[in-house]
Amino acid sequence: MRKASKWYPDAEFMKQFSGVVLYPNEKAPTSAEKPHHWTPEGLVEKERKVKTMTINFGPAHPAAHGVLRLILEMDGEIVVRADPHIGLLHRGTEKLIEYKTYVQALPYFDRLDYTSVLCNEQVYCLAVEKLLNIDVPIRAKYIRTMLGELARLLNHMVALGCHILDVGAITPFFWIFEEREKMYEFNERVSGGRFHSCYFRPGGVSQDLPLGFLADLHDFICKFHHRMDELEDMVTENPIWKDRTIGICVISAEDALNYGCTGVMLRGSGIKWDLRVTQPYDAYDLVDFDVPIGSHGDLYDRYLCRVRECRESCRIIEQCINQMPEGDIKVDDLKISPPPRAEMKKSMEAVIHHFKLFSQGFAVPPGATYTAIEAPKGEFAVYLVSDGGTRPYRCRIRPASFIHLALMDKLCRGHFLADVVACIGTLDVVFGDVDR
Amino acid sequence: MSGMKIFSVARGVSSFLRPAVPALSSHARNKYVYVNDKEDAMDWNSLTERAANAMFWTEIARGHMVSLAHLFKEPATINYPFEKGPLSPRFRGEHALRRYPSGEERCIACKLCEAICPAQAITIEAEERADGSRRTTRYDIDMTKCIYCGFCQEACPVDAIVEGPNFEFSTETHEELLYNKEKLLDNGDKWESEIASNIHADHLYR
Repeated sequence: MRKASKWYPDAEFMKQFSGVVLYPNEKAPTSAEKPHHWTPEGLVEKERKVKTMTINFGPAHPAAHGVLRLILEMDGEIVVRADPHIGLLHRGTEKLIEYKTYVQALPYFDRLDYTSVLCNEQVYCLAVEKLLNIDVPIRAKYIRTMLGELARLLNHMVALGCHILDVGAITPFFWIFEEREKMYEFNERVSGGRFHSCYFRPGGVSQDLPLGFLADLHDFICKFHHRMDELEDMVTENPIWKDRTIGICVISAEDALNYGCTGVMLRGSGIKWDLRVTQPYDAYDLVDFDVPIGSHGDLYDRYLCRVRECRESCRIIEQCINQMPEGDIKVDDLKISPPPRAEMKKSMEAVIHHFKLFSQGFAVPPGATYTAIEAPKGEFAVYLVSDGGTRPYRCRIRPASFIHLALMDKLCRGHFLADVVACIGTLDVVFGDVDR
Repeated sequence: MSGMKIFSVARGVSSFLRPAVPALSSHARNKYVYVNDKEDAMDWNSLTERAANAMFWTEIARGHMVSLAHLFKEPATINYPFEKGPLSPRFRGEHALRRYPSGEERCIACKLCEAICPAQAITIEAEERADGSRRTTRYDIDMTKCIYCGFCQEACPVDAIVEGPNFEFSTETHEELLYNKEKLLDNGDKWESEIASNIHADHLYR
């Protein structure tokens, strides 16, 4: 028989661990907590200095959401300074647009925030329409609103899925991306392109909705509620999720305003601001929806806002389907929108307009406009200057992600490295948008 | 199958089984709603419920039930090279140059596609042919520059250049993706039946 006895750590043994524990607060260790150092004479107190370490996070890190390169100054596992480096996806979109006609510039907007493609097209079309001083037909407005909300769903699916994945749960990500795939099939059906739709046009949309599209979309939206319920069953009340998100990366309402936050970043802190309500565009004044507002400005509140926004988007899409009016889908002005193909084959005048529009493009009266919409990530805006020609004189794009990325340092300071990843998830940065 | 609600705890049952997920309200117009402004209630009932939730890990159990239920769901994946996702008639894939049923090429070298292409991927040179008709001598598309926006097929007055339903044209070298007129006409011959049926399916909207 083995005469072994079990030894449990006693008080004396535990004493050697009573030194400094790295913990994210600003309190300096007291003398009682000074680390100990072992010598043959026993444990003696020793003054130790921990040098901060600078590490490189990204640009090819799977959690960095694209080509974000973060220089992190780390004190142990605590972030002392986070310095985002950008520019790796810079394509000079703004300058390129100056050399394209107004219609040619449209596909460039697909490639900015590539998770909410149709919202980008929407803001550009609204800006050009404002300069042209035209009003689009009501059906086109409804189509744009509906597909814009579908884009919001697509964007929030990525934001939520990747946020949850970054915090450590991979399962909801797969469920969400299954839904996303179905939404991209809708996108493809209506426009011909899955991601880069290129569907809206200044003056309306390029083609009418295919037959049966609204019925299928309604079918999908009805079932989509269940998928959101599943996601919430899995995540919302989960104690691990709550521990990882409540009270992390808090931004106060004052700071959120001062740093130029928009969208969920602003509403999560409790500011009541939504451009769809304060200055409705397209058909948003004709539909009924709620805008979720957080109160604590932490990751958890922003997560709740996004989930609730998804449900509200479903409501808006439902209403658009039910109220979808008959009629034209683009302005009835051959100087702006090309004639239908059948007419172009028959009428000489239509052929001339067709050739003129596709070679030279339409001229826009001189003027400037700052047009903003509530894109899923926040305020996405275009400052468009026209000198009266067929090409924009200047096109400045105000992305939401770029301004939110500037918060990185403020939000991450004093948090663990693992929270940096969660912070990137909640900022919802997309690099097509940041670098332009 | 995918539309079925595979696991759910009814809203009516005790909040021990399902803590409140805020129900959707639909009355006042464009209202701001707070999603998380309630402090935890401190009466005995909710205190014991919270304690029971924490003790029995009900949230974790519920999450496990949901993921267990997904085990019995039809898988969403498809066996790609053998099964493919649905494509609509509007899909914008690989380019093709079409011919008339007589075998004469449609393109009349009007160069509208070259003018509208935002990526400047199309190069056209044209000359008068022996029979006096205007035709291209060179029609190149750099498929690596192309952004598949579909403006070229929108611009074409004779439906000559189209973006067909083919999306599987990857190559091993860059040069193979610099399409010339011969390759584009070949594509047109190869995909003509699909392209024609797609154009026909969509003719009401064009």
